[in-house]
Amino acid sequence: MTHISKPRVIHPSLERNELGLTVRDYEGSMSTLCAGCGHDSITAALIEAVWELNIPLHGVAKLSGIGCSSKTPTYFLGDSHGFNAVHGRMPAIATGASAANKDLVYVGISGDGDSLSIGLGQFCHAIRRNLDMLYVIENNGVYGLTKGQFSASADVGSRAKRGAVNQQPPIDSVLLALSMGATFVARSFSGDKTQLVEILKAGIKHPGFALVDVLSPCVTFNDHVGSTKSYMYTREHYHAAIHADFVPPEGEIAASLEPGAVQDIAMHDGSVVRFSQIPWHYDPTDRDKVDEYVRERQARGEVVTGLLLLDEAAEDMHGVLGSVETPLRDLPVETLIPGRKALDQLLDEYR
Amino acid sequence: MSAREEQARVNDFALKIGTVNGTGSASANALLMQAIFRMGIPISGKNIFPSNIQGLPTWYEIRVNEHGNTARTPVFDLMVAMNPATYERDIAEVRSGGYILHDDTWPLAETLRRDDVHFLGIPLAGMCVENFDGSRERILMKNIAYVGALAALLEVDTEVVKELLQERFGARKRALLDSNYLAIKLGYDYAKEHFDCPLPIRLERMDENADKILIDGNSAAALGCIYAGATVAAWYPITPSTSLVDAFTDYCRRFRKDPDSGRNLYAIIQAEDELAAAGIVLGASWMGARSFTATSGPGISLMNEFIGLAYYAELPGVFFNVQRTGPSTGMPTRTQQGDLLAVAYASHGDTKHVALFPADPHECFDFTVRAFDLADRFQTPVFVVSDLDIGMNDWVVPRFEWDDAYVPDRGKVLDADDLERIEKFHRYLDVDGDEIPYRTLPGVHPKGAYFTRGSGHDKWGNYTEDSAAYREVVDRLARKIDSAADAVPEPRVLGMRDSRFGVITVGGCHMAVREAFEELNDRGLCFDYMRVRGFPFHASVDEFLNAHELNFVVEQNRDAQLRSLLLLETSVPRERLRSVRYYGGLPLSAHHVVEGILEHLPGVESCDDSIDLSVPRPEGAVR
Repeated sequence: MTHISKPRVIHPSLERNELGLTVRDYEGSMSTLCAGCGHDSITAALIEAVWELNIPLHGVAKLSGIGCSSKTPTYFLGDSHGFNAVHGRMPAIATGASAANKDLVYVGISGDGDSLSIGLGQFCHAIRRNLDMLYVIENNGVYGLTKGQFSASADVGSRAKRGAVNQQPPIDSVLLALSMGATFVARSFSGDKTQLVEILKAGIKHPGFALVDVLSPCVTFNDHVGSTKSYMYTREHYHAAIHADFVPPEGEIAASLEPGAVQDIAMHDGSVVRFSQIPWHYDPTDRDKVDEYVRERQARGEVVTGLLLLDEAAEDMHGVLGSVETPLRDLPVETLIPGRKALDQLLDEYR
Repeated sequence: MSAREEQARVNDFALKIGTVNGTGSASANALLMQAIFRMGIPISGKNIFPSNIQGLPTWYEIRVNEHGNTARTPVFDLMVAMNPATYERDIAEVRSGGYILHDDTWPLAETLRRDDVHFLGIPLAGMCVENFDGSRERILMKNIAYVGALAALLEVDTEVVKELLQERFGARKRALLDSNYLAIKLGYDYAKEHFDCPLPIRLERMDENADKILIDGNSAAALGCIYAGATVAAWYPITPSTSLVDAFTDYCRRFRKDPDSGRNLYAIIQAEDELAAAGIVLGASWMGARSFTATSGPGISLMNEFIGLAYYAELPGVFFNVQRTGPSTGMPTRTQQGDLLAVAYASHGDTKHVALFPADPHECFDFTVRAFDLADRFQTPVFVVSDLDIGMNDWVVPRFEWDDAYVPDRGKVLDADDLERIEKFHRYLDVDGDEIPYRTLPGVHPKGAYFTRGSGHDKWGNYTEDSAAYREVVDRLARKIDSAADAVPEPRVLGMRDSRFGVITVGGCHMAVREAFEELNDRGLCFDYMRVRGFPFHASVDEFLNAHELNFVVEQNRDAQLRSLLLLETSVPRERLRSVRYYGGLPLSAHHVVEGILEHLPGVESCDDSIDLSVPRPEGAVR
């Protein structure tokens, strides 16, 4: 059996969202990943985030490339539209889809191999286009399906399960995205669902490319002593630096913390991202400062998590392309085909 | 030698212009070409250009022929030698008794002289230095001046030339217009004064172009995209397909602005590479927009992975392959038909694709619209396979026609109402028994959701690793693509006088083959003719091949790719196919075809049935 569907039993007491749906309605089929895989926690967080945002299932397009992470779209939002593309090239599919229909919510799931090796070019160019999508990298530093090779995010000195030590410097998706001009950059940890759900919600609402790099330990190939992507190592080194709460338009902003430690950033649809526990000299809208902060902490061996950078002012792909509000795929054919008279007039110029 | 000794040849000659790339000669050559076109004379122009921005030699070949035989000819009656770097080869290329127009501001080296041709020296550079200011204008006007000289020598209607310049520059660019007029006059007057004008090779007004236009295949295809209602284009720049997207951009600016908002009713995305371009096309078509990419061989190589995904996940998409000379980077500015096999079975695993083969810009327009319909109908990538000669050169073709009653065939798409009515939707289920399942567009209705994947799937759309479930889907796919054979443009057949010999060809070979028939007929050889226009092959292709004892397969690649396709896809025995190939990168000439066919028929003088062929007559030959 290669596909396991999950029986849908919904307890009447389960809470319903504005669409009258329970969180179970946002689930997919049974995960076939290893028990304890960090990816399954991310799947759970995504289900919760989309449910909480009251997004209708068929209004979501979920896309992925190839790899363990890219298998997960079958495990969430079962009644949404899925696209399992080729390895490393999901951003191209998402670009075309968004170009044709800007009205869907695009959720891309990728991994460190899919995004930082084979798909590095596509990843960078999706950022350049400021493609309106949530882009999650389920980062475990290792190729799981092919049994334990280092990925491009593996740290120098990290030890593989069979003993080899990685010598090549890692490609850090967060630092890369910052330098590429990404408009939403976050890092989280699959073991910190509270933080992750808020970040995912803000990422979905962000009108542009929202990168969420989630450290997601591979229990089978990269969870041993000597690995820098294991549960234990991540728990010891991760630092939830910047706390961000997503507040929907109609929501109330909770009692404020100490003055000066809070920064609100309004999003396009009227929702607000409230940053708190902001470190001294930190500003989530200042790209250089964020970059400096992440590097500084990395030098100390810390893995900084949180919604690190948010730029709500940049134009997304459609803004740059200058396309109409109506999704291109919905334009009536009469507006697209100029007709016989126009053709005759045009052809007179080819005389 | 006096020009008068030559026998007059009206509206039947070829000339070649050798210049330096980047000096503005393209604009002068286009002016000459268009003027002759407006004189109603059948004409072709072939731009033989280098992969270079400035400085390397470039040529433009013009052929006029009152009978419409305007395939490229390698025999030139007149050479306009403007590039000293290529004097030697250019002068050598003129036929005996022909003419060489050259700039004699500086004397021509004696070693370059031939005594069997006429040298027509004009001090073009000198005249332009005297009459124009600035080096840029002097260089540009030198080219216009040779057009003036040719107008006198060949009797190009100067009123037409003036009219064209007027249209080109109008009142807005008065100074430029005046300069052009002057340059034309300088060349014209000098020739009139110093040579016996007109030459025996000359032009005379005809009325062959009244319902025709002068257009390149890439513009025609781009216009086809507009008229098919395509909204998303994704591409990566590559010669010789770039001008297709450039033309689409121009037409979009003209026809696709929303009058209310001023915003665009299209999206043109220059991707990071051809891989991404292909993916963008598929993403857009998944969402239901008509989308396309334009590329050439190297791009097709890169797109292979996504093409396989499109085939298996059943996504429409139109892929233009404007072929150039391969393999690898090859000769990027030369033409070839080297990607026939690469397109037919693109991508790993068992695949086969629908492909259309236009022969000229008129078919580029028609086939493009058809390609979008076929892609939607069969839910699969469709290739429009042209080449550099068709795509980038201006051709005289009948005006395109358009029926305002056209409604795009979007194929089997379930809308919200349809979905409301059915109990459950399965993306890959062949409900109607026509091998084509229904599709839905994302976001339209909750019941329409499904999972698109390039991994193994069963007919219910679920992931599978089960042998039988996998085979059920791929077997249907094979039948689906084969069923497209009746929907692609049917082959074009000429003759069918029950000749023993058939000639079968594809795409831009058409003009040269047609012309070759005249010469072969003069030798008493008659042929039936078929030009395939689509793949998978129509059943009539098989019938044609089996109806002839011997079929000559004319194509422009080294490895006889069309012949291979015919052997793979029809029942014709190998010994009935003879290959005639030219693959040097220049457009095919009739003489290549004549020579190539005669090579296979040693000793054949006529179509008399008694002649002994050097091949055994196959058993059961259908006559």
